[in-house]
Amino acid sequence: MKLNTNSNIYTIVYSAIVVVIVAVVLALANQVLKPLQEKNEQLDKQKQVLGALKVEYGTQDPAVVYTSIVAAGDTILVCKPNTTDTLEVYKAKLEDGSIKYVLPLSGKGLWGGIGGYLALNEDKNTIYGVNFNHEGETPGLGAKIVEMEFREKFEKKHIRNAEGEVVSVAVLKKGKKAEGKQKVDAISGATITSEGVSKMLENNLAEYAEFLKVVPAADPDDEEVEPNKTEEE
Amino acid sequence: MLSQKTKDTLLGPLNVNNPVVVQILGICSALAVTVQLKPALVMGIAVTIIVAMANVIVSLIRNTIPMRVRIIVQLVVVAALVTLVSEVLKAFAYDVAMQLSVYLGLIITNCILMGRLEAFAMTNKPWDSFLDGLGNGLGYAMILIIVAFFRELLGAGQLMGFQVIPQGFYNFGYENNGMMLMPAMALILVGCVIWAHRAYNDKEGK
Repeated sequence: MKLNTNSNIYTIVYSAIVVVIVAVVLALANQVLKPLQEKNEQLDKQKQVLGALKVEYGTQDPAVVYTSIVAAGDTILVCKPNTTDTLEVYKAKLEDGSIKYVLPLSGKGLWGGIGGYLALNEDKNTIYGVNFNHEGETPGLGAKIVEMEFREKFEKKHIRNAEGEVVSVAVLKKGKKAEGKQKVDAISGATITSEGVSKMLENNLAEYAEFLKVVPAADPDDEEVEPNKTEEE
Repeated sequence: MLSQKTKDTLLGPLNVNNPVVVQILGICSALAVTVQLKPALVMGIAVTIIVAMANVIVSLIRNTIPMRVRIIVQLVVVAALVTLVSEVLKAFAYDVAMQLSVYLGLIITNCILMGRLEAFAMTNKPWDSFLDGLGNGLGYAMILIIVAFFRELLGAGQLMGFQVIPQGFYNFGYENNGMMLMPAMALILVGCVIWAHRAYNDKEGK
């Protein structure tokens, strides 16, 4: 018997079967590949933190290097202002013994989300290094934020003004002056992505207010950071 | 080795029947991913694989597909394949997946895929459909690579991310052409490729 492939019943049954098959295949693939994907994501995050800390791992396993620099217990939880959400700050100890704080960032670029990690010196003021990532900025323009040429411009900049207030660092067109804060030259042709980076830094640093409020004492032995008191001028 | 007909199926799309410069399909992605050579290359490979696979699958089930919902069935096949490829890339080649990011999803909307499925795979055998998909994917990749080559060279002085225009040129006042990085310039370049292609083929009397 030849099936009538144009009948209504056939069309409906056929569509249903196709959809079920595709759904099963995709769900199966997702389940099988998920552990691998999560491992990749984790590894990618660790590589980016290492990138912000300017740690070269060469042929070594980045995961091992990461664990040796950022110990498991050294994640500081910070309350987001006016919410109960918490943000993470990674405390890293580099080979030369210096302490750095790594702050995850996230914001908006031109086509999608941008993110990154900001490594601060122990004074919570000087930028030690940055690393940026993006979902889909224009290659050759906005996507340049991931390149060293742009990133190294942030190094040694201060996120505080002379009065010690956190003012972030502005990303502005070459030749323009930032009011009361330090600036980094924007990428020409990528105005919106550059603005996005600027806003991301400003907004995220505001969210870390609780963490940044306490400036560590000059005494190098005093490593404990109590987020709740002191520093009223 | 191959008969004349299969040869035409495979090689036709590379020149006389090129999907981009003759059929003017897939222009949108050709503009988006051709700022640099590397994403253009990867995009070309990804489209080639997906169009060949989709062609084979649709060709295998072509006699069972109800006519009234055939476009939807084709779309489901393509969408499933693209999702599968993106999942596999995320698991085994995370860096490549991150680099392709949104473009990978955009393959679903590439008109070449639907065009080939509807025009070829629906009426031809799986092997021929495979060759047709391969040929069209490569024809698409070829144009992408030509356009990306000029855009990256003139726009950033680089190829595959490496500096090829020596610093000395810049010292003499040479500047990268920022226009090349804009999508509009890609369209003009595609136009130039079409012009060269037509002029060449007219002379050959094809």
